[in-house]
Amino acid sequence: MSNIEKITISLRGIKKLYKVGNQEVAALNGIDLDIKEGEFAALMGPSGSGKSTLMNILGCLDRPSVGSYKLDGQEVAHLSDDMLARTRNQKIGFVFQNFNLLSRISALENVALPLVYAGVDSDEREERAMYFLEQVGLADRADHQPNELSGGQRQRVAIARALVNDPQIIMADEPTGNLDTKSTKEIMEIFQSMHEKGRTIILVTHEPDIAVCASRQLLVRDGVITRDEGKGVVLDVV
Amino acid sequence: MAFTALLANKMRSLLTMLGIIIGVGAVIAMVSVGMGVKSDVVNSISSLGSNMLIVSPGSTNRGGVRGAAGSRTNLKYDDAKAIKEKIKNIDFVSPSVSRSYQIVYGNQNWNSSVMGVTPEYMSIRSLEVSTGSFVSESDNNKRNRVAVIGSTVATNLFGTANPVGQNIRVNNQPFKVIGVLESKGQSSMGQDQDDVVIVPLTTAMERLMAMDYVSSVNIQVSDANKMDQVQEDIEVLLRQRHKIIGGKEDDFNVRNMTSLMETMSQTTTMLTILLGSIAGISLVVGGIGIMNIMMVSVTERTREIGIRKALGATFQNIMMQFLIESVVIGVIGGIIGIGLGCGLSMLVGKFGNFTTVITPLPVLVSFSFSVGIGLFFGIYPARKAAKLDPIEALRYE
Repeated sequence: MSNIEKITISLRGIKKLYKVGNQEVAALNGIDLDIKEGEFAALMGPSGSGKSTLMNILGCLDRPSVGSYKLDGQEVAHLSDDMLARTRNQKIGFVFQNFNLLSRISALENVALPLVYAGVDSDEREERAMYFLEQVGLADRADHQPNELSGGQRQRVAIARALVNDPQIIMADEPTGNLDTKSTKEIMEIFQSMHEKGRTIILVTHEPDIAVCASRQLLVRDGVITRDEGKGVVLDVV
Repeated sequence: MAFTALLANKMRSLLTMLGIIIGVGAVIAMVSVGMGVKSDVVNSISSLGSNMLIVSPGSTNRGGVRGAAGSRTNLKYDDAKAIKEKIKNIDFVSPSVSRSYQIVYGNQNWNSSVMGVTPEYMSIRSLEVSTGSFVSESDNNKRNRVAVIGSTVATNLFGTANPVGQNIRVNNQPFKVIGVLESKGQSSMGQDQDDVVIVPLTTAMERLMAMDYVSSVNIQVSDANKMDQVQEDIEVLLRQRHKIIGGKEDDFNVRNMTSLMETMSQTTTMLTILLGSIAGISLVVGGIGIMNIMMVSVTERTREIGIRKALGATFQNIMMQFLIESVVIGVIGGIIGIGLGCGLSMLVGKFGNFTTVITPLPVLVSFSFSVGIGLFFGIYPARKAAKLDPIEALRYE
């Protein structure tokens, strides 16, 4: 292992422009950002700040209009749709606010879904999915469908799904937004323990008390990063 | 995966399949009815005798005034004998004469057509004798006054009594009934084939009708492929015998029953294709039903598509998922449709007045059509699904 910290995400001059009528509106207006391997970064900002756009670009769901995005050393800013899909599949694990589990299939099958698109055969899929379900403490619920699980359990299934392909980064978009206090605490503990195991996590949130768990806090406003703080500082979003 | 999706909407999937089921079923049932009609027609024509050539005399020509076809009197019994001796690839030659007479038995009488024939007539027309025997070679040689009667004649003259051994009077001459023909029913032209009295050819010509010519000669050729050759040989032989030289017109006609059969079977094939294509329209309508429901399904599952895309599904992955679904509808619908169509055509065959024939070809064609339709009408919705933007799709409520 090299003692120089590896940079997982490197954004340079990222802009995202939309045409509204004759005018061009910049949702992101020149973002430079490095996130090191193992960092737990919280991305904050009021609605309309460009926070969601930045997250979509970081998650390879969208392409910037201008700029460079190196993920794990590879330039991904201007890949084709299918190449982006492959990048998402192999390097990014998603955790969403509303869980986004498929309702007709079991928890285990939900966890195994990214492996289907990675081309892993079915025996290995089941084995790996089961391992990660155990990690989030839901091995006994493997056969349950999402609607038979509580909100906290669903989010844990989603986390297992995000981890199953061993991605470089975990993108969590308001993961506790739909959860009660107790479940929120559980989920944040899981994120903490993932962080301790060295996972790179990007957490999008608007709640300062969630963001303080992170090792780094970024504030986006009007399409630029206005503040970049370490752990412990409470940023006022509004 | 496709099955899970289809099972999740059982009723909807079933209704969608119904379009295909009815389409495939209709095609198979209609085509089998059409094929049945065809086989009926072919059978009734070949019951006249297969591979038949009919030689008949030409028309008279007196000073430019032409008479009716067959009005000439120059087709002789000897011509028939010569054809049999000299031309190859012939099974049977059966010259015949016929005329209508009043037939009398006791106090009953009946008007029927009396035919003078040789024993070969039985083979050539595939006749069967239900009681007694047919005209024999020796009857023909000795000009015996014997008769074989059709079942219509038998019923009208004898009622339920056995006619064999009784004497009937034809044109005031006594004839001994030696047999009764097996009933053949109506011909395809609507004639009662059982309303006939058969006597030896020589008896008819010399004792009954005082004719020295025959009215037609039926010839059965041994091989269907030799028909044209044999027809030509007969024409050459008869021109020679009748001393017709150069460009002069034939004084006889040779007609080919196969060409009639071909025309009829072509007509019925057209009928079958027509029926099949009308039914095929309902198959296409069923396909549009698939497309409709797949469009609904894509819209309804926008969010699912978004999730799958976020997790790494490519254009092709999503495309295949929806295509397989619509093809599965086509396949299952096609299989059930085959069952329905075969069942329907068997029912029609059993209880309707139709003969139905199920052949593998329409079954295969309509099945592959239904699969093809599932594929074709699935492409547009599947493409629509695969092209969805993952961000939009994830936001969709």
